Amino acid sequence: MINIRNLNVHLGEFRLRDISLSIDPGDFFVLMGPTGAGKTVLLEAVAGLVPVLGGNIFIGGRDVTRMPPEERGIGIMYQDYALFPHLTIVRNIKYGLRYHRLEKETAQKRFGRLVDDLGIGHLLKRYPETLSGGELQRVALARALMVEPGIILLDEPLSALDQNFREEIRLLLKKINRSSRITFFMVTHDFSEALTLATKAAIMCEGTIAQTGSIRDLFSKPASTFVASFVGMKNVFSAQFNGNRACVDSLTIEVPQPHHHPTGYIAVRPEDIVISLQPFESSIRNAFSGVICGMIDQGFLYEVHIRVRAVVFKSLVTKGAAIDLALDIGAVVHISFKASAVHVF
Amino acid sequence: MGRKGSFFWVSFSCGIMVLTFILLPLVEMLTAPSGAMLRETLQDRNVIRSIWLSIYTAASAAGISFLVGTPLAYLLARTRFRGKHLIESVIDLPIVIPHPVVGIAILGVAGKNHWLGQYLHEFGIRIMGSTTGIITVLTFVGMPFYINALKAGFEAISPRLENVSRSLGASMWSTFVRVTFPLAWRSVLVGLIMCCARAISEFGAVVVVAYHPMIAPVLIYERYEGYGLQYSQPVAVWLVLVCLSLFLALRLLALPQNKAS
Repeated sequence: MINIRNLNVHLGEFRLRDISLSIDPGDFFVLMGPTGAGKTVLLEAVAGLVPVLGGNIFIGGRDVTRMPPEERGIGIMYQDYALFPHLTIVRNIKYGLRYHRLEKETAQKRFGRLVDDLGIGHLLKRYPETLSGGELQRVALARALMVEPGIILLDEPLSALDQNFREEIRLLLKKINRSSRITFFMVTHDFSEALTLATKAAIMCEGTIAQTGSIRDLFSKPASTFVASFVGMKNVFSAQFNGNRACVDSLTIEVPQPHHHPTGYIAVRPEDIVISLQPFESSIRNAFSGVICGMIDQGFLYEVHIRVRAVVFKSLVTKGAAIDLALDIGAVVHISFKASAVHVF
Repeated sequence: MGRKGSFFWVSFSCGIMVLTFILLPLVEMLTAPSGAMLRETLQDRNVIRSIWLSIYTAASAAGISFLVGTPLAYLLARTRFRGKHLIESVIDLPIVIPHPVVGIAILGVAGKNHWLGQYLHEFGIRIMGSTTGIITVLTFVGMPFYINALKAGFEAISPRLENVSRSLGASMWSTFVRVTFPLAWRSVLVGLIMCCARAISEFGAVVVVAYHPMIAPVLIYERYEGYGLQYSQPVAVWLVLVCLSLFLALRLLALPQNKAS
């Protein structure tokens, strides 16, 4: 559906370099990356809102690189909803109708369906400034869907909502993506959001694509230290490999399969590292003993830092478990993780 | 609330001083002429004609600024390019140039010694001593105020609204008419008021380019020179009253209300 080839964009301080991406029809594609990576610029380049320096963008096989935004058939939804403040909700939703040849009856039917589906019937005569975040989001969605675009671009649609609304809109987006043939292209800096919504994803870093693929692959098989730490693999170490063993500093760690390079990285998710007071007796596990050198409060969880010789491992422990095990800074504990939990790259 | 300190009282007395400084001469002038004199002045056709000319030429200057200044203000608000600051400084130039110099500068290009002046002459357009000349001068001095006010107004409108409009199929023209302009109209009005106010008060530049036909400030000056303070005051009062009521009306329109438009 969307094919981006060697795209280069210079916009103020932002530089997109050699971006290539391919998104299939009906995909829910999520573009992730830290703030300032250039995600929104890429989104706006696809919509035709920023000038392209080099490369091409194809939509449905058509080269749209030089096409004005109004001819691309791409809806866009911003984090701040961008509803027209001087128009009522009805007029906001119907704004795009006059540019699409549509029979009055079809339009009215579609309008009715959208208003019902999104539950915004009671808002129609009001102005945007009197609506809550969740309501604004629904109206913005209705306005974009009203002209049936082939693609909807979403710029951090959930980040301005509070937790309850976020869950609701997330489900709604997923439902719309499944029931329509519209391709979704969403930008976010929140990895957990991507996990629940995306079929495919890409991670951006400083104006380039760091990795792209299925969301599962990104989650479990990061190809670089940047992606690994972005997807929450907090234990990333450079290592020397020798068969099924990796040497990290003076520690020897079992890995699932031999690496094709003598040097590289290993990564372990913090939730895969188990803390116990007694040594864990099992042959398949990597087990070490160490000293707790830090505990970071994360609400329901503690991120516990354990120093094993010169290497610091990070593990996640529920608060209840931390009290049961009497975990505290300076305590001596045992940590263990399966060889299969170690990702090698 | 606690006791107010010396800082407050110094600020307070400075404020009183400034207000007195502005209001005292104005109130004195407005109250000096008797009712009979004001009535008599109103029957003077020269006075009526000059006040009308003042309003008419200032409004024309605002109209011209609206037509050519609006797109420029939009461009300056939305784009970034090298030399933008230079262009902005050029637009501000009429604000800082001494008024008679403006008149002299305009006469320089409108005279018969200049190709532009010759060109205009061929088409029968006269700048020197004509209404056209007055409007030219007033546009020159008033335009920067319009452009600056509107530029700030455009900058306050999120470009995302325009982006969304275009993604829904609207062209840039259509987007401007349906989204940008309706959201900026208050700034447009404020800009027009500023431009008009500046234009109506212009004296130095106009007097160089066109002593006749006589705009109100020139008439007031002439009466003052010829007959003294007493004869110029009633005309001044009428000019101020007419301007104030016009601006007040526009200002009320521009005030934020419950969802006008």
